[in-house]
Amino acid sequence: MASIVAHSLTRLYGSNKAVDALSFEVASGTVLGFLGPNGAGKSTTMRMLTGFLRPSAGRAVINGHNLETDALAARQALGYLPEGAPMYPEMGVGEFLTFIGEIRGLRGHQLTAALERVVSQLDLGAVMDQSIGTLSKGFGRRVGIAQAMIHDPDVLILDEPTDGLDPTQKIQVRQLIQAMSKDKIIVISTHILEEVEILCNRIMVIAQGQLKLDDTPDGVRRLSRYANAVSLVVDEPQAAASKLSTLAEIAHVEVRRGRITAFPRESEAIGPAVYALAQRERWSISEFHLESGRLDDVFAQITGATPDEH
Amino acid sequence: MNTKTGLLVRREFQGYLQTPIAMFLLVIFSVLSVALTFYIGNFFEREIADLRPFFQFHPWIYLFLVPAVGMRLWSEEYRSGSAELLLTLPVTTAQVVLAKFLAGWLLLGCALLMTVPMWISVNILGDPDNGVILTGYVSSWLVSGTFLAISSSVSASTQNQVVAFIVSAVLCFMLLMAGWPLVLEPVALLAPQWLIDGIARLSVLVHFSSMARGVLDGRDVLYFTALMFLGLIMTWASVEMKKAS
Repeated sequence: MASIVAHSLTRLYGSNKAVDALSFEVASGTVLGFLGPNGAGKSTTMRMLTGFLRPSAGRAVINGHNLETDALAARQALGYLPEGAPMYPEMGVGEFLTFIGEIRGLRGHQLTAALERVVSQLDLGAVMDQSIGTLSKGFGRRVGIAQAMIHDPDVLILDEPTDGLDPTQKIQVRQLIQAMSKDKIIVISTHILEEVEILCNRIMVIAQGQLKLDDTPDGVRRLSRYANAVSLVVDEPQAAASKLSTLAEIAHVEVRRGRITAFPRESEAIGPAVYALAQRERWSISEFHLESGRLDDVFAQITGATPDEH
Repeated sequence: MNTKTGLLVRREFQGYLQTPIAMFLLVIFSVLSVALTFYIGNFFEREIADLRPFFQFHPWIYLFLVPAVGMRLWSEEYRSGSAELLLTLPVTTAQVVLAKFLAGWLLLGCALLMTVPMWISVNILGDPDNGVILTGYVSSWLVSGTFLAISSSVSASTQNQVVAFIVSAVLCFMLLMAGWPLVLEPVALLAPQWLIDGIARLSVLVHFSSMARGVLDGRDVLYFTALMFLGLIMTWASVEMKKAS
Protein backbone atom coordinates (compact mmCIF):
# COMPACT_ATOMS: atom_id res chain seq x y z
CA MET A 1 0.00 0.00 0.00
CA ALA A 2 1.55 3.26 -1.15
CA SER A 3 2.02 6.01 1.41
CA ILE A 4 3.82 9.29 1.95
CA VAL A 5 4.28 10.71 5.42
CA ALA A 6 5.85 14.11 5.93
CA HIS A 7 6.45 14.91 9.56
CA SER A 8 7.35 18.51 10.44
CA LEU A 9 9.46 18.83 7.29
CA THR A 10 11.57 21.96 7.63
CA ARG A 11 14.23 23.34 5.35
CA LEU A 12 16.42 26.34 6.07
CA TYR A 13 18.49 28.27 3.54
CA GLY A 14 20.68 30.33 5.84
CA SER A 15 18.19 32.04 8.16
CA ASN A 16 15.37 31.80 5.59
CA LYS A 17 12.78 29.07 6.19
CA ALA A 18 11.96 27.75 2.72
CA VAL A 19 9.74 25.04 4.22
CA ASP A 20 8.34 25.47 7.71
CA ALA A 21 7.24 22.38 9.67
CA LEU A 22 5.18 20.85 6.89
CA SER A 23 3.20 17.77 7.99
CA PHE A 24 0.86 15.66 5.90
CA GLU A 25 0.02 12.10 4.95
CA VAL A 26 -0.99 10.77 1.56
CA ALA A 27 -2.59 7.38 0.90
CA SER A 28 -2.93 5.14 -2.14
CA GLY A 29 -5.25 6.32 -4.89
CA THR A 30 -4.49 9.99 -4.32
CA VAL A 31 -3.54 12.42 -7.04
CA LEU A 32 -2.25 15.33 -5.03
CA GLY A 33 -1.99 18.75 -6.64
CA PHE A 34 0.76 20.75 -5.04
CA LEU A 35 0.09 24.46 -5.55
CA GLY A 36 1.77 27.65 -4.50
CA PRO A 37 3.24 30.83 -5.92
CA ASN A 38 6.85 30.90 -7.12
CA GLY A 39 9.26 30.55 -4.20
CA ALA A 40 6.57 29.06 -1.92
CA GLY A 41 8.67 25.98 -1.19
CA LYS A 42 7.01 23.45 -3.53
CA SER A 43 10.17 22.27 -5.29
CA THR A 44 12.11 22.25 -2.00
CA THR A 45 9.42 20.02 -0.48
CA MET A 46 9.52 17.70 -3.49
CA ARG A 47 13.29 17.52 -3.26
CA MET A 48 13.03 16.52 0.40
CA LEU A 49 10.38 13.89 -0.46
CA THR A 50 12.75 12.35 -3.01
CA GLY A 51 15.89 12.53 -0.88
CA PHE A 52 17.73 15.05 -3.05
CA LEU A 53 17.71 17.52 -0.16
CA ARG A 54 18.05 16.65 3.48
CA PRO A 55 15.49 18.29 5.78
CA SER A 56 16.88 20.71 8.37
CA ALA A 57 14.32 19.15 10.71
CA GLY A 58 11.54 16.59 10.43
CA ARG A 59 11.40 13.50 8.27
CA ALA A 60 9.88 12.09 5.10
CA VAL A 61 8.75 8.48 4.87
CA ILE A 62 7.87 6.74 1.58
CA ASN A 63 6.00 3.41 1.81
CA GLY A 64 7.21 3.07 5.39
CA HIS A 65 10.86 3.72 4.46
CA ASN A 66 12.48 6.73 6.13
CA LEU A 67 14.45 8.72 3.53
CA GLU A 68 17.22 9.33 6.08
CA THR A 69 17.72 5.83 7.42
CA ASP A 70 16.40 3.63 4.59
CA ALA A 71 17.03 5.86 1.58
CA LEU A 72 17.53 3.21 -1.11
CA ALA A 73 14.27 1.38 -0.39
CA ALA A 74 12.41 4.70 -0.26
CA ARG A 75 13.92 5.87 -3.57
CA GLN A 76 13.18 2.51 -5.20
CA ALA A 77 9.51 2.97 -4.32
CA LEU A 78 9.25 6.32 -6.06
CA GLY A 79 9.63 7.77 -9.52
CA TYR A 80 10.61 11.39 -9.88
CA LEU A 81 10.42 13.92 -12.66
CA PRO A 82 12.51 16.91 -11.50
CA GLU A 83 11.64 20.46 -12.54
CA GLY A 84 12.73 21.05 -16.16
CA ALA A 85 13.19 17.27 -16.73
CA PRO A 86 17.02 17.32 -16.62
CA MET A 87 18.66 14.33 -18.33
CA TYR A 88 21.86 13.47 -20.20
CA PRO A 89 21.75 15.19 -23.61
CA GLU A 90 24.44 13.01 -25.18
CA MET A 91 22.55 9.76 -24.48
CA GLY A 92 20.07 8.16 -26.86
CA VAL A 93 16.48 7.87 -25.59
CA GLY A 94 16.50 4.07 -25.64
CA GLU A 95 19.94 3.91 -24.05
CA PHE A 96 18.85 6.33 -21.29
CA LEU A 97 15.61 4.48 -20.47
CA THR A 98 17.49 1.18 -20.44
CA PHE A 99 20.06 2.62 -18.03
CA ILE A 100 17.34 3.92 -15.67
CA GLY A 101 15.51 0.59 -15.85
CA GLU A 102 18.68 -1.35 -15.04
CA ILE A 103 19.60 0.95 -12.15
CA ARG A 104 16.07 0.38 -10.83
CA GLY A 105 16.70 -3.36 -10.89
CA LEU A 106 14.93 -4.40 -14.10
CA ARG A 107 16.60 -7.11 -16.19
CA GLY A 108 15.87 -9.28 -19.22
CA HIS A 109 12.19 -9.75 -20.06
CA GLN A 110 11.10 -7.41 -17.26
CA LEU A 111 13.22 -4.62 -18.69
CA THR A 112 12.03 -5.25 -22.25
CA ALA A 113 8.39 -5.27 -21.14
CA ALA A 114 8.85 -2.09 -19.09
CA LEU A 115 10.50 -0.32 -22.03
CA GLU A 116 7.71 -1.40 -24.39
CA ARG A 117 5.10 -0.20 -21.88
CA VAL A 118 6.51 3.32 -21.37
CA VAL A 119 7.36 3.75 -25.07
CA SER A 120 3.78 2.86 -25.96
CA GLN A 121 2.16 4.91 -23.15
CA LEU A 122 4.19 8.03 -23.98
CA ASP A 123 4.39 7.49 -27.73
CA LEU A 124 8.19 7.52 -27.86
CA GLY A 125 8.71 4.96 -30.62
CA ALA A 126 9.81 7.54 -33.18
CA VAL A 127 12.62 8.96 -31.03
CA MET A 128 14.12 5.87 -29.40
CA ASP A 129 17.33 6.14 -31.42
CA GLN A 130 17.56 9.93 -31.18
CA SER A 131 19.89 11.61 -28.69
CA ILE A 132 18.11 13.42 -25.83
CA GLY A 133 19.82 16.73 -26.61
CA THR A 134 18.13 16.89 -30.02
CA LEU A 135 14.57 16.29 -28.74
CA SER A 136 11.84 18.92 -28.73
CA LYS A 137 10.73 20.16 -25.32
CA GLY A 138 7.58 18.06 -25.52
CA PHE A 139 9.44 14.83 -26.30
CA GLY A 140 12.03 15.67 -23.65
CA ARG A 141 9.30 16.01 -21.03
CA ARG A 142 7.74 12.72 -22.10
CA VAL A 143 11.09 10.92 -21.85
CA GLY A 144 11.40 12.44 -18.35
CA ILE A 145 8.00 11.02 -17.39
CA ALA A 146 8.91 7.66 -18.96
CA GLN A 147 12.06 7.34 -16.83
CA ALA A 148 10.03 8.19 -13.70
CA MET A 149 7.48 5.43 -14.33
CA ILE A 150 9.62 2.74 -15.98
CA HIS A 151 9.73 0.61 -12.81
CA ASP A 152 6.00 1.09 -12.16
CA PRO A 153 6.58 2.80 -8.80
CA ASP A 154 3.99 3.12 -6.03
CA VAL A 155 4.72 6.83 -5.69
CA LEU A 156 5.19 9.24 -8.59
CA ILE A 157 6.39 12.77 -7.94
CA LEU A 158 6.10 14.96 -11.01
CA ASP A 159 7.26 18.57 -11.08
CA GLU A 160 5.31 20.33 -13.83
CA PRO A 161 4.75 17.19 -15.94
CA THR A 162 2.90 18.87 -18.83
CA ASP A 163 5.13 21.93 -19.19
CA GLY A 164 6.14 22.26 -22.86
CA LEU A 165 3.59 19.75 -24.17
CA ASP A 166 1.16 20.67 -26.93
CA PRO A 167 -2.59 20.39 -26.16
CA THR A 168 -2.89 16.86 -27.57
CA GLN A 169 0.16 15.66 -25.62
CA LYS A 170 -1.21 17.31 -22.46
CA ILE A 171 -4.47 15.36 -22.81
CA GLN A 172 -2.47 12.16 -23.42
CA VAL A 173 -0.33 12.64 -20.29
CA ARG A 174 -3.36 13.60 -18.18
CA GLN A 175 -5.18 10.44 -19.31
CA LEU A 176 -2.09 8.42 -18.44
CA ILE A 177 -1.93 9.94 -14.95
CA GLN A 178 -5.63 9.27 -14.40
CA ALA A 179 -5.26 5.67 -15.57
CA MET A 180 -2.33 5.05 -13.20
CA SER A 181 -3.85 6.78 -10.19
CA LYS A 182 -6.01 3.94 -8.83
CA ASP A 183 -3.39 2.15 -6.77
CA LYS A 184 -0.64 4.75 -6.64
CA ILE A 185 0.14 8.09 -5.14
CA ILE A 186 0.82 10.76 -7.73
CA VAL A 187 2.05 14.14 -6.56
CA ILE A 188 1.95 16.89 -9.15
CA SER A 189 3.39 20.34 -8.83
CA THR A 190 1.90 22.65 -11.42
CA HIS A 191 0.99 26.23 -12.17
CA ILE A 192 -1.95 25.14 -14.31
CA LEU A 193 -5.09 25.20 -12.15
CA GLU A 194 -7.15 23.65 -14.94
CA GLU A 195 -4.86 20.61 -14.70
CA VAL A 196 -5.43 20.36 -10.95
CA GLU A 197 -9.21 20.50 -11.44
CA ILE A 198 -9.08 17.72 -14.05
CA LEU A 199 -6.56 15.39 -12.39
CA CYS A 200 -6.42 15.82 -8.65
CA ASN A 201 -8.61 14.47 -5.89
CA ARG A 202 -6.65 16.40 -3.26
CA ILE A 203 -5.15 19.87 -3.28
CA MET A 204 -2.47 21.31 -1.04
CA VAL A 205 -1.65 25.00 -1.21
CA ILE A 206 1.69 26.09 0.20
CA ALA A 207 2.87 29.67 0.68
CA GLN A 208 5.89 31.04 2.55
CA GLY A 209 6.85 27.42 3.22
CA GLN A 210 3.71 26.72 5.20
CA LEU A 211 0.70 24.56 4.43
CA LYS A 212 -2.18 26.97 3.88
CA LEU A 213 -4.85 24.60 2.65
CA ASP A 214 -5.36 20.85 2.31
CA ASP A 215 -8.70 19.71 0.90
CA THR A 216 -10.52 18.07 -1.99
CA PRO A 217 -11.13 20.20 -5.12
CA ASP A 218 -14.82 20.50 -4.16
CA GLY A 219 -13.84 21.53 -0.64
CA VAL A 220 -11.46 24.15 -2.02
CA ARG A 221 -14.06 25.48 -4.42
CA ARG A 222 -16.55 25.85 -1.55
CA LEU A 223 -14.12 28.32 0.04
CA SER A 224 -14.35 30.54 -3.01
CA ARG A 225 -16.58 33.58 -2.84
CA TYR A 226 -18.00 32.28 -6.12
CA ALA A 227 -19.32 29.12 -4.44
CA ASN A 228 -23.09 28.99 -5.14
CA ALA A 229 -22.95 32.38 -6.86
CA VAL A 230 -25.18 32.91 -9.88
CA SER A 231 -24.02 34.63 -13.03
CA LEU A 232 -26.48 35.67 -15.70
CA VAL A 233 -26.73 37.80 -18.80
CA VAL A 234 -29.94 39.80 -19.28
CA ASP A 235 -31.04 42.67 -21.53
CA GLU A 236 -30.87 45.40 -18.88
CA PRO A 237 -28.13 44.35 -16.46
CA GLN A 238 -28.00 47.47 -14.24
CA ALA A 239 -31.74 47.40 -13.50
CA ALA A 240 -31.64 43.64 -12.92
CA ALA A 241 -28.65 44.01 -10.57
CA SER A 242 -30.56 46.58 -8.49
CA LYS A 243 -33.49 44.20 -8.15
CA LEU A 244 -31.20 41.28 -7.26
CA SER A 245 -29.47 43.20 -4.51
CA THR A 246 -32.81 43.54 -2.70
CA LEU A 247 -33.04 39.77 -2.16
CA ALA A 248 -32.25 38.77 1.43
CA GLU A 249 -30.22 35.71 0.31
CA ILE A 250 -27.81 37.84 -1.73
CA ALA A 251 -24.78 39.52 -0.15
CA HIS A 252 -23.83 41.69 -3.10
CA VAL A 253 -24.04 41.94 -6.87
CA GLU A 254 -21.38 42.76 -9.44
CA VAL A 255 -21.85 43.77 -13.08
CA ARG A 256 -18.93 43.33 -15.48
CA ARG A 257 -19.16 43.62 -19.26
CA GLY A 258 -22.92 43.08 -19.15
CA ARG A 259 -22.64 39.96 -16.99
CA ILE A 260 -24.26 40.03 -13.55
CA THR A 261 -22.80 37.95 -10.74
CA ALA A 262 -24.85 37.60 -7.56
CA PHE A 263 -22.95 36.40 -4.47
CA PRO A 264 -24.84 34.55 -1.70
CA ARG A 265 -24.68 35.13 2.05
CA GLU A 266 -23.04 32.20 3.88
CA SER A 267 -22.56 30.26 0.59
CA GLU A 268 -26.29 29.33 0.49
CA ALA A 269 -27.79 28.12 -2.77
CA ILE A 270 -29.43 31.18 -4.35
CA GLY A 271 -30.19 29.79 -7.81
CA PRO A 272 -33.92 29.17 -7.21
CA ALA A 273 -34.44 32.63 -5.66
CA VAL A 274 -32.65 34.39 -8.53
CA TYR A 275 -34.52 32.36 -11.12
CA ALA A 276 -37.88 33.08 -9.44
CA LEU A 277 -37.10 36.82 -9.43
CA ALA A 278 -36.13 36.70 -13.11
CA GLN A 279 -39.42 35.00 -13.95
CA ARG A 280 -41.44 37.52 -11.92
CA GLU A 281 -39.66 40.45 -13.56
CA ARG A 282 -39.86 38.80 -17.01
CA TRP A 283 -36.18 39.38 -17.75
CA SER A 284 -34.94 38.19 -21.09
CA ILE A 285 -32.18 35.78 -19.99
CA SER A 286 -29.55 34.72 -22.54
CA GLU A 287 -27.25 32.96 -20.01
CA PHE A 288 -27.85 31.58 -16.52
CA HIS A 289 -25.03 29.83 -14.73
CA LEU A 290 -24.71 28.34 -11.24
CA GLU A 291 -21.11 28.78 -10.04
CA SER A 292 -19.48 25.98 -8.04
CA GLY A 293 -16.52 28.10 -6.93
CA ARG A 294 -13.16 28.89 -8.51
CA LEU A 295 -9.75 27.53 -7.57
CA ASP A 296 -7.97 30.63 -8.88
CA ASP A 297 -10.06 32.79 -6.56
CA VAL A 298 -9.18 30.65 -3.51
CA PHE A 299 -5.54 30.51 -4.57
CA ALA A 300 -5.44 34.31 -4.76
CA GLN A 301 -7.14 34.68 -1.36
CA ILE A 302 -4.73 32.29 0.33
CA THR A 303 -1.44 33.26 -1.24
CA GLY A 304 -2.08 36.94 -1.79
CA ALA A 305 -1.21 36.46 -5.46
CA THR A 306 -3.50 37.49 -8.26
CA PRO A 307 -4.65 34.52 -10.36
CA ASP A 308 -2.55 35.74 -13.29
CA GLU A 309 0.63 35.62 -11.22
CA HIS A 310 0.72 31.85 -11.09
CA MET B 1 32.36 -3.93 -7.95
CA ASN B 2 28.63 -4.30 -7.39
CA THR B 3 26.22 -4.13 -10.31
CA LYS B 4 24.90 -0.61 -9.73
CA THR B 5 28.41 0.85 -9.55
CA GLY B 6 29.22 -1.06 -12.74
CA LEU B 7 26.15 0.35 -14.49
CA LEU B 8 27.10 3.86 -13.39
CA VAL B 9 30.70 3.40 -14.60
CA ARG B 10 29.42 2.20 -17.97
CA ARG B 11 27.09 5.20 -18.33
CA GLU B 12 29.79 7.67 -17.33
CA PHE B 13 32.36 6.08 -19.64
CA GLN B 14 29.92 6.02 -22.57
CA GLY B 15 29.19 9.66 -21.75
CA TYR B 16 32.86 10.45 -22.45
CA LEU B 17 32.78 8.55 -25.71
CA GLN B 18 29.62 10.35 -26.85
CA THR B 19 31.21 13.77 -26.43
CA PRO B 20 34.43 15.18 -27.97
CA ILE B 21 36.14 14.90 -24.55
CA ALA B 22 37.47 11.40 -25.10
CA MET B 23 38.85 12.18 -28.55
CA PHE B 24 40.35 15.44 -27.27
CA LEU B 25 42.04 13.67 -24.38
CA LEU B 26 43.36 10.72 -26.37
CA VAL B 27 44.76 12.84 -29.18
CA ILE B 28 46.29 15.58 -27.01
CA PHE B 29 47.88 13.11 -24.61
CA SER B 30 49.34 10.94 -27.38
CA VAL B 31 50.69 13.86 -29.38
CA LEU B 32 52.09 15.77 -26.39
CA SER B 33 53.68 12.80 -24.64
CA VAL B 34 55.39 11.60 -27.82
CA ALA B 35 56.42 15.10 -28.99
CA LEU B 36 57.94 15.98 -25.60
CA THR B 37 59.80 12.66 -25.54
CA PHE B 38 61.42 13.25 -28.90
CA TYR B 39 61.99 17.01 -28.88
CA ILE B 40 62.75 17.79 -25.22
CA GLY B 41 63.51 14.37 -23.76
CA ASN B 42 66.27 13.70 -26.34
CA PHE B 43 64.98 10.19 -26.89
CA PHE B 44 67.36 9.35 -29.76
CA GLU B 45 70.41 11.35 -28.56
CA ARG B 46 70.52 9.37 -25.29
CA GLU B 47 70.95 6.12 -27.23
CA ILE B 48 69.31 4.16 -24.39
CA ALA B 49 66.41 1.83 -25.07
CA ASP B 50 64.05 2.90 -22.27
CA LEU B 51 61.01 5.10 -21.75
CA ARG B 52 62.26 7.36 -18.95
CA PRO B 53 62.23 10.46 -21.22
CA PHE B 54 58.65 9.52 -22.12
CA PHE B 55 57.32 9.10 -18.56
CA GLN B 56 59.08 12.13 -17.06
CA PHE B 57 56.68 14.53 -18.77
CA HIS B 58 53.47 12.72 -17.82
CA PRO B 59 52.81 14.57 -14.51
CA TRP B 60 53.15 17.89 -16.36
CA ILE B 61 50.77 16.84 -19.09
CA TYR B 62 48.31 15.57 -16.48
CA LEU B 63 48.53 18.94 -14.76
CA PHE B 64 46.12 20.47 -17.26
CA LEU B 65 44.65 17.38 -18.96
CA VAL B 66 43.27 15.69 -15.83
CA PRO B 67 41.53 18.81 -14.43
CA ALA B 68 39.96 19.15 -17.93
CA VAL B 69 38.45 15.67 -17.47
CA GLY B 70 37.65 16.14 -13.78
CA MET B 71 36.05 19.58 -13.99
CA ARG B 72 32.82 18.21 -15.48
CA LEU B 73 32.43 15.22 -13.16
CA TRP B 74 30.12 17.05 -10.75
CA SER B 75 29.96 20.70 -11.87
CA GLU B 76 28.11 19.72 -15.03
CA GLU B 77 25.66 17.50 -13.11
CA TYR B 78 24.75 20.37 -10.77
CA ARG B 79 24.72 23.01 -13.51
CA SER B 80 22.41 21.04 -15.81
CA GLY B 81 20.23 19.75 -12.94
CA SER B 82 20.85 16.09 -13.82
CA ALA B 83 22.30 15.63 -10.31
CA GLU B 84 18.69 15.80 -9.10
CA LEU B 85 17.85 12.81 -11.27
CA LEU B 86 21.04 10.88 -10.52
CA LEU B 87 21.00 11.35 -6.75
CA THR B 88 17.34 10.36 -6.40
CA LEU B 89 17.92 6.99 -8.06
CA PRO B 90 18.29 4.01 -5.71
CA VAL B 91 22.09 4.32 -5.51
CA THR B 92 24.30 5.59 -2.71
CA THR B 93 26.39 8.76 -2.98
CA ALA B 94 29.50 6.61 -2.50
CA GLN B 95 28.57 4.46 -5.52
CA VAL B 96 28.12 7.53 -7.73
CA VAL B 97 31.36 9.15 -6.50
CA LEU B 98 33.32 5.95 -7.11
CA ALA B 99 31.72 5.30 -10.51
CA LYS B 100 32.41 8.79 -11.82
CA PHE B 101 36.02 8.51 -10.69
CA LEU B 102 36.54 5.03 -12.13
CA ALA B 103 35.07 6.02 -15.51
CA GLY B 104 37.40 9.03 -15.73
CA TRP B 105 40.38 6.98 -14.58
CA LEU B 106 39.55 4.31 -17.12
CA LEU B 107 39.55 6.96 -19.84
CA LEU B 108 42.96 8.17 -18.67
CA GLY B 109 44.11 4.55 -18.77
CA CYS B 110 42.93 4.36 -22.38
CA ALA B 111 45.01 7.46 -23.16
CA LEU B 112 48.03 5.67 -21.69
CA LEU B 113 47.25 2.54 -23.73
CA MET B 114 47.33 4.68 -26.87
CA THR B 115 51.06 5.12 -26.26
CA VAL B 116 51.82 1.38 -26.27
CA PRO B 117 53.42 1.77 -29.76
CA MET B 118 56.19 3.69 -27.93
CA TRP B 119 56.80 0.60 -25.79
CA ILE B 120 56.86 -1.60 -28.89
CA SER B 121 59.24 0.85 -30.60
CA VAL B 122 61.90 0.71 -27.86
CA ASN B 123 61.70 -3.08 -27.95
CA ILE B 124 62.40 -2.97 -31.66
CA LEU B 125 65.21 -0.44 -31.24
CA GLY B 126 66.96 -2.20 -28.35
CA ASP B 127 66.57 -4.43 -25.31
CA PRO B 128 64.80 -2.40 -22.63
CA ASP B 129 63.89 -3.58 -19.11
CA ASN B 130 60.16 -4.16 -19.66
CA GLY B 131 59.57 -4.43 -15.91
CA VAL B 132 60.74 -0.84 -15.49
CA ILE B 133 58.52 0.28 -18.35
CA LEU B 134 55.51 -1.51 -16.84
CA THR B 135 56.20 0.16 -13.47
CA GLY B 136 56.42 3.45 -15.35
CA TYR B 137 52.99 2.91 -16.85
CA VAL B 138 51.52 1.95 -13.45
CA SER B 139 53.06 5.00 -11.75
CA SER B 140 51.82 7.28 -14.54
CA TRP B 141 48.28 5.88 -14.19
CA LEU B 142 48.47 6.33 -10.39
CA VAL B 143 49.48 10.00 -10.82
CA SER B 144 46.55 10.56 -13.19
CA GLY B 145 44.20 8.90 -10.69
CA THR B 146 45.51 11.07 -7.87
CA PHE B 147 44.99 14.25 -9.88
CA LEU B 148 41.54 13.04 -10.95
CA ALA B 149 40.45 12.40 -7.35
CA ILE B 150 41.58 15.93 -6.42
CA SER B 151 39.77 17.40 -9.45
CA SER B 152 36.65 15.40 -8.55
CA SER B 153 36.55 16.89 -5.04
CA VAL B 154 36.94 20.43 -6.44
CA SER B 155 34.30 19.79 -9.12
CA ALA B 156 31.84 18.65 -6.44
CA SER B 157 32.16 21.94 -4.62
CA THR B 158 31.38 24.31 -7.52
CA GLN B 159 28.92 24.54 -10.43
CA ASN B 160 31.43 26.56 -12.46
CA GLN B 161 33.59 24.31 -14.63
CA VAL B 162 36.21 27.02 -15.30
CA VAL B 163 36.66 27.57 -11.56
CA ALA B 164 36.85 23.80 -11.07
CA PHE B 165 39.54 23.52 -13.74
CA ILE B 166 41.70 26.37 -12.41
CA VAL B 167 41.47 25.38 -8.72
CA SER B 168 42.15 21.72 -9.56
CA ALA B 169 45.17 22.64 -11.70
CA VAL B 170 46.59 24.87 -8.94
CA LEU B 171 46.11 22.16 -6.27
CA CYS B 172 47.70 19.52 -8.48
CA PHE B 173 50.60 21.86 -9.25
CA MET B 174 51.19 22.50 -5.53
CA LEU B 175 51.14 18.76 -4.86
CA LEU B 176 53.50 18.19 -7.75
CA MET B 177 55.93 20.83 -6.53
CA ALA B 178 55.57 20.12 -2.79
CA GLY B 179 59.18 18.95 -2.45
CA TRP B 180 60.66 21.80 -4.47
CA PRO B 181 62.03 25.16 -3.27
CA LEU B 182 59.15 26.96 -4.99
CA VAL B 183 56.80 25.59 -2.33
CA LEU B 184 59.22 24.80 0.50
CA GLU B 185 61.03 28.16 0.73
CA PRO B 186 57.93 30.28 1.47
CA VAL B 187 56.75 27.62 3.97
CA ALA B 188 60.20 27.54 5.63
CA LEU B 189 59.78 31.18 6.67
CA LEU B 190 56.87 30.31 8.94
CA ALA B 191 56.73 26.57 9.57
CA PRO B 192 58.84 24.31 11.81
CA GLN B 193 61.28 21.82 10.24
CA TRP B 194 59.06 18.76 10.84
CA LEU B 195 56.27 20.38 8.82
CA ILE B 196 58.66 21.28 6.00
CA ASP B 197 59.91 17.68 5.93
CA GLY B 198 56.33 16.44 5.90
CA ILE B 199 55.38 18.70 2.99
CA ALA B 200 58.50 17.65 1.08
CA ARG B 201 57.44 14.02 1.42
CA LEU B 202 54.03 14.88 -0.11
CA SER B 203 55.54 15.69 -3.49
CA VAL B 204 54.01 13.67 -6.32
CA LEU B 205 57.23 14.06 -8.30
CA VAL B 206 59.34 12.37 -5.63
CA HIS B 207 57.07 9.31 -5.48
CA PHE B 208 56.53 9.24 -9.24
CA SER B 209 60.24 9.52 -10.08
CA SER B 210 61.02 6.66 -7.76
CA MET B 211 58.45 4.38 -9.41
CA ALA B 212 59.28 5.55 -12.95
CA ARG B 213 62.88 4.39 -12.36
CA GLY B 214 61.45 0.90 -11.80
CA VAL B 215 61.58 0.93 -8.00
CA LEU B 216 58.29 -0.60 -6.90
CA ASP B 217 58.02 0.59 -3.27
CA GLY B 218 54.85 -0.17 -1.33
CA ARG B 219 55.08 3.27 0.32
CA ASP B 220 54.78 4.98 -3.07
CA VAL B 221 51.72 2.89 -4.00
CA LEU B 222 50.26 3.60 -0.55
CA TYR B 223 50.93 7.33 -1.04
CA PHE B 224 48.99 7.48 -4.33
CA THR B 225 46.21 5.23 -3.03
CA ALA B 226 45.84 7.34 0.12
CA LEU B 227 45.61 10.57 -1.88
CA MET B 228 43.01 9.08 -4.21
CA PHE B 229 41.00 7.83 -1.22
CA LEU B 230 41.25 11.26 0.41
CA GLY B 231 40.06 12.97 -2.80
CA LEU B 232 37.09 10.61 -3.09
CA ILE B 233 36.17 11.05 0.59
CA MET B 234 36.24 14.83 0.09
CA THR B 235 34.06 14.45 -3.02
CA TRP B 236 31.57 12.33 -1.09
CA ALA B 237 31.54 14.86 1.78
CA SER B 238 30.97 17.74 -0.67
CA VAL B 239 28.00 15.98 -2.31
CA GLU B 240 26.50 15.06 1.07
CA MET B 241 26.98 18.60 2.35
CA LYS B 242 25.17 19.96 -0.72
CA LYS B 243 22.15 17.89 0.29
CA ALA B 244 22.12 19.58 3.67
CA SER B 245 23.36 23.08 2.88
